[in-house]
Amino acid sequence: MVLLDFEEPVGKLLNQLEKIKEVEKDSEVDVSKTVEDIEKKIEEKRKEISKSLTPWQRVQLSRHPDRPYTLEYIKAITKDTFIELHGDRTVKDDKAMVGGFGDIDGQTVMLIGQQKGINTKMRQYRNFGMANPEGYRKALRLMKLAEKFDKPIITLIDTPGAFPGIEAEERGQGEAIARNLFEMVKLKVPVICIIIGEGASGGALGIGVGDKVLMMENTWYSVISPESCSSILWRSWEHKEEAAAALKLTSSDMKKNKLIDGVIKEPLGGAHIDKEKAFASVKTHIKKYLKELSGFSGQERIDNRITKFSEMGEFVED
Amino acid sequence: MGWFNRFRKGITTETKDKKEIKEGLWFKCPKCKNVVSIQEHNENYNVCECGYHEKISAKMYMDIIFDEEEKIIELNPKLRSADPLKFVDTKKYSDRLKATQEKTGLNDAISTFHGKVDKQDLVVAAMNFEFIGGSMGAVVGEKISRAIDYCIDKKVPLMIISKSGGARMMEAAYSLMQMTKTSAKLTQLADAKIPYISFLTDPTTGGVTASYAMLGDINISEPGALIAFAGPRVVKETIGKDLPEGFQTSEFVLEHGFLDYIVPRKELHDKLSLTLKMFNN
Repeated sequence: MVLLDFEEPVGKLLNQLEKIKEVEKDSEVDVSKTVEDIEKKIEEKRKEISKSLTPWQRVQLSRHPDRPYTLEYIKAITKDTFIELHGDRTVKDDKAMVGGFGDIDGQTVMLIGQQKGINTKMRQYRNFGMANPEGYRKALRLMKLAEKFDKPIITLIDTPGAFPGIEAEERGQGEAIARNLFEMVKLKVPVICIIIGEGASGGALGIGVGDKVLMMENTWYSVISPESCSSILWRSWEHKEEAAAALKLTSSDMKKNKLIDGVIKEPLGGAHIDKEKAFASVKTHIKKYLKELSGFSGQERIDNRITKFSEMGEFVED
Repeated sequence: MGWFNRFRKGITTETKDKKEIKEGLWFKCPKCKNVVSIQEHNENYNVCECGYHEKISAKMYMDIIFDEEEKIIELNPKLRSADPLKFVDTKKYSDRLKATQEKTGLNDAISTFHGKVDKQDLVVAAMNFEFIGGSMGAVVGEKISRAIDYCIDKKVPLMIISKSGGARMMEAAYSLMQMTKTSAKLTQLADAKIPYISFLTDPTTGGVTASYAMLGDINISEPGALIAFAGPRVVKETIGKDLPEGFQTSEFVLEHGFLDYIVPRKELHDKLSLTLKMFNN
C-alpha cells in the first residue's frame, strides 16, 4: 500500500501489525488481541486524519496511486456486463476516454469516463487520462447513441485535464469540449456525472454536464489544478497548498457553493482502502438518482439543467 | 440601461482614450518595426501595412461595426464581480478588481450593446482584454446570458467578440461553470433560430475557446489572431518541442476547419453586414 506523507502515523501502525502477524506465523502465540488493538488504533488514527484533511491533502488522495479508476468502477457496478465501444468515427479511438453499455440491476446504461493507467506502461497508453478531441467526440457519439435508444448516461470523471498537444489543437480541442457542453445540455435522457478522482477544468467539464453532478468525498473539481494556479498567480510552484485552499475545490466546498448536487461519502481513509464499499456506494447513488430523474420528461430534465447551470455565478448589480 | 450617441465621425477614437498605445505620436509595429503616426495608424483601423492587427478595445469595435447615426444601447452595464470565494493570491482579488475598474473605467471583462449594422439590428457582446486579460468570470457569463435572453425576446442576432485568456482563476469553479452556463443559454438561442456569429479575436484561448467562442453558427476571425485551447507555452512545455510556424493562428485554425472566414478589420463592417443580410433576407 502506498502511503501519503500525512498518513505516516497509520503507516507505523500498519508496520507493527505486519510484524505481529509474522510472529504469529512463526510461533504458536495467540496475538489476536494485539492485532485487534492495533486495528482499532489504525481506525482511530484514520478517523483523526480524515477529520482534519486540508484541501491539498484531498487533492493528494484524489491522485492516490491505489485509488480505483473508471473501468474498475464500471466493471464492479455493472457486474462485468460492460460492453466497451470504441472510436469517434472520425479520426481514431482515444484510449484516455472509455465508454460503452452496461447493465445495472436490469437497466441498461451508457457509461463513459476518462481512464488513467495503473502502471507506467498503461499510464502512457492511457495518456495519463488526458483525452484528445477524439475522446470528447467519442464520448458525444456514445451519448447520442444512448439518447437514441433512451438509455440513461453515467459519466465518471477523473482527469488532470484535456491533453494540450499539437494534434489536439489541430483537431480542435476547444471545439470538441464546447460541442459536448452544448449537446449535453440538450440530451433527452437522464445524465449523472460523478467525479471519482481529479476534475480538472474543461477536460472534466467536457463530460460533466448532467442532471446530477456528484463528487466523491476525496476528489477535487476546479478551473485549474492547484499547481498550475500557484505557478500562474504566485509565479512559483511552491504555493500549491495555498492555491488548493483558495480555489475551494473540495467536494464539501463545491456543494456549499451549489456548484455540484451532492457528495458521495468514501470509506474511511479513501476509496482505495475499501474499494468494494466505494463501488457499492457509487452504485447506490446512481440507482437513487436514476429513479428520481425518471420521474421527469426529457424536456423537463433539459429545462431543469439549463435553469441549474444558468443560476451558477455570483455578481452584484448596483 | 445607458444610452449614448457617437460623438465623432469614423473610428478616430482619441489617442488618450486608447489603452493599447503608449504615449507618443508614433506607432511602431511589433512585427515589421515600421513606424507611422498614430493618426495614420488609427485611420488604418490600427492595422499596419504589413497586415499586423493591433488589439483594439470593445469600444473601438463598436465604432467600426455600428451605424453612427443610430442609437447604441448598452445592456446591463452595472454588473460587477462579487468575489464569492474571497480569493487571495499575492493580492486580494477584490483589490485587483477595484484597481482594474479604476484603471480601465470598465466594470468587467465584457460589454454588451445593441446597435445597427446598415440598419440591421445586432447585439454585440465584446470582451475587454484590458480587464484582467479578458478573463471569464460570473459577470461575463451573466452578461452573455442576459444578452441571449434579450436577443430571444427582441429577435435580434447575436455576435460575441471573444478576446480572452480564458476562465478567471480567482473565481475558480464559478468561472468554470460559466462555460456550461453560456453553452446552455446558446442552446436556447439556437432553438429560437436566432443567428449567432462568434468573432474570435486576438487572443481567444482556454475556457472561452472551449465554450461560446467555438459555438457560433458561423465562426469568424481577424488575420493573425491567436486562437487556442491550451496556449502555445503550455503546449510547448508538454511536448518539449518547438511549435510549427503559424501554429494556433487564425489562418491555422481556418485551415483545420474551425473557422468560416477571416476578415481584415478594414472589411469587417461590410462583410458582417452582408453576412447578417444572408440570415435576415
